[in-house]
Amino acid sequence: MSAAEEITALIPRLRRYARALTGDRSFADDLVQDTLERAWGRIYLWRPGSDLRAWLFTIMHNLHVNQARTRRSEDSIDLRNEPMEFAARPSQEERLEIRDLTMALRRLPDEQREVLLLVGLEEMSYQEAAKALAVPLGTVMSRLSRGRERLRALMSEGSNAPQLRVVK
Amino acid sequence: MTHQSATIVEEDLHAYVDGLLPETRRAEVESFLAANPKEAERVRAYQKQKEALRALFDPILDEPIPPELLHPQRRWSWPVLRYAAIVAWITLGGTLGWLLRGADSRKPDEQPNGFARQAAIAHAVYSPEVRHPVEVGRDQEDHLVAWLSKRVGAPLKPPHLSQLGFELVGGRLLPGNQGPVAQFMYQDEKGQRLTLYVRIDPGTKRETAFRYTHEGNVGVFYWLDGPFGYALSGEMKKEELLQIANAIYHQLNP
Repeated sequence: MSAAEEITALIPRLRRYARALTGDRSFADDLVQDTLERAWGRIYLWRPGSDLRAWLFTIMHNLHVNQARTRRSEDSIDLRNEPMEFAARPSQEERLEIRDLTMALRRLPDEQREVLLLVGLEEMSYQEAAKALAVPLGTVMSRLSRGRERLRALMSEGSNAPQLRVVK
Repeated sequence: MTHQSATIVEEDLHAYVDGLLPETRRAEVESFLAANPKEAERVRAYQKQKEALRALFDPILDEPIPPELLHPQRRWSWPVLRYAAIVAWITLGGTLGWLLRGADSRKPDEQPNGFARQAAIAHAVYSPEVRHPVEVGRDQEDHLVAWLSKRVGAPLKPPHLSQLGFELVGGRLLPGNQGPVAQFMYQDEKGQRLTLYVRIDPGTKRETAFRYTHEGNVGVFYWLDGPFGYALSGEMKKEELLQIANAIYHQLNP
């Protein structure tokens, strides 16, 4: 498979990760598009045989960090309580749980959410995640551990929260 | 998070959740969990998190890919439009310049619309190009050198700037006031780009020192070296650009 075909084949996974990371369909697809443009523009820097997936996720991570920094400084709207767009069409009884998960995800710090998603969705090994994020393995482990525990706390808190009876 | 068995640590629990443990270690974790209901509950919660994430986001894998992601050329084509706009703008500038002729007695290379400015504009147009930053890439350097030398009318060779962290991307041919002009593009590992704009004027024998000007964020060092005119453009600090201009000058005049 050529690099171009490999990149194309990875688009659905980039979209899945970007959606989970940003919680917003248009932000996510913009991020994917920026990632692809950056990748095409530097394809000659990529060494054949090295891990194309890790390279693409690294590019996306760097773009996201920069964009998140810009967004933070440009708008002060707190998005944490905005409903996240659902990828799945949930049944009524699933809605509360999905809403809990999406809201809880959104309330995680970016750095914990990234590790959680690279490991949980992308099924990267801890070494691969460390490489994609350019942090030491120990940092990946501590972010994973804190992220999962935080998510657990947020979700158990969410399921008891009375305001969640109001379904969108 | 207190573990009765010292051999099972936090990392083992996560690796267990993620299915990354070898068989024997997994069995050890399972017996640890059997003896530690609180930890077992925590691990179950993490497993459920993972399942819920997959259930929520996996359907995206089956969504049709938006066409703009498959055919990003749509966005890549915009520098062409920008080039058209800039050409129109230069034409207007040229007309104004002609109307105001005589008002500016500086030599053509020193005029605001001169060589350095054209180099800066060419830099601004092509350096953000993602898909087609150059016409001929560095993988065909021999062809690039032969082609540009032939069109420009004198032997040209792109300097090598690897020691300064910039690799040749390739080159292209552009229209200039006095015939074709060559543009070489370089890029460092952060994606920062430099362009070297080279024109030939066989009638000129002058040599000049480096001069500096800028158009917006694009800084330009330019100099004449006999029949060759060089302009190095980049969006970086003046000192850094000067260092590179010096390196180029010394490479061309060993």
